[in-house]
Amino acid sequence: MKSAFKKTLQNVKTALPMIVGILMLISLLGPLFEKYYPRIFTGNYFIDPLIGAVAGSVSFGIPIASYVAGGELLKGGVGILAVTAFIFSWTTVGIPMLPLESAHLGKKFAIARNSINFISAILIAILTTLTMKMIQ
Amino acid sequence: MKFLLAVSALYISVYVADSGFAGSVFADFLKTFRQVFPVFILVFFVMFLSYVFVRPELVKHHLGRDSGLKGWLYATLGSIVISGPPYVLFPLLGELRKHGMKYSLIAVFMNNRNVQPMFLPAMAYYFGWKFSAVFAAYVLAFSLISGSIIGKIMQREE
Repeated sequence: MKSAFKKTLQNVKTALPMIVGILMLISLLGPLFEKYYPRIFTGNYFIDPLIGAVAGSVSFGIPIASYVAGGELLKGGVGILAVTAFIFSWTTVGIPMLPLESAHLGKKFAIARNSINFISAILIAILTTLTMKMIQ
Repeated sequence: MKFLLAVSALYISVYVADSGFAGSVFADFLKTFRQVFPVFILVFFVMFLSYVFVRPELVKHHLGRDSGLKGWLYATLGSIVISGPPYVLFPLLGELRKHGMKYSLIAVFMNNRNVQPMFLPAMAYYFGWKFSAVFAAYVLAFSLISGSIIGKIMQREE
């Protein structure tokens, strides 16, 4: 029980400053960029998730941080296609983490895994959006 | 912490340039934070429960020696219940690789980190339960597909 509490506390210590930082950054940048979102995110089934996947690939962290960032972007007007690709690639594609992944698991594995996941991010965004349209 | 400090420095710069705008965006941030704070409490409580009831040693043991279909199941379950940033997981997976874990299972383990139950309340808060369920189903399916592809690509290195 004590060890579980310590591990949770460690996670809180790591996650909370990041989440607070993300919320502060989005609150600051949102009003500046909101007006451009409709022009950038037009609902195109390839371009929108591509932009989301690129943005998620250069960011990394625990999944909850991507939900906060993605959710706030969605509220600000970014399309669901881009946000879905963004939250998937945030955790599964890590360009800044490539050297570390290569060091532990090999260059070939790291490049293959990240490339496949980048394509998966686009496909998952399209399929999730289409499925949501069908069931709603 | 460095990221938070950098954003705080950015706020100070904005405050110096336009105190009215900085005050208004900071008030927006506080409003959003107050709204999502109860969700974070729930997330960390579920995380605490998972640490109490799930023993990572058990998952590691089954991932260490690939056991066919059981290995795929443990890789999927392991990634869902074991949380941690990539810089902690890579050394762990590197060690498991040395002990015989297949590349395909490592890929499955890495890819399912998006569907951890402890983070679901936060995802549902922002996107709704229906979206969260559909998204999780596709993530699980794609993790198995990409695991198989990576297994084939890495066949020579196994």
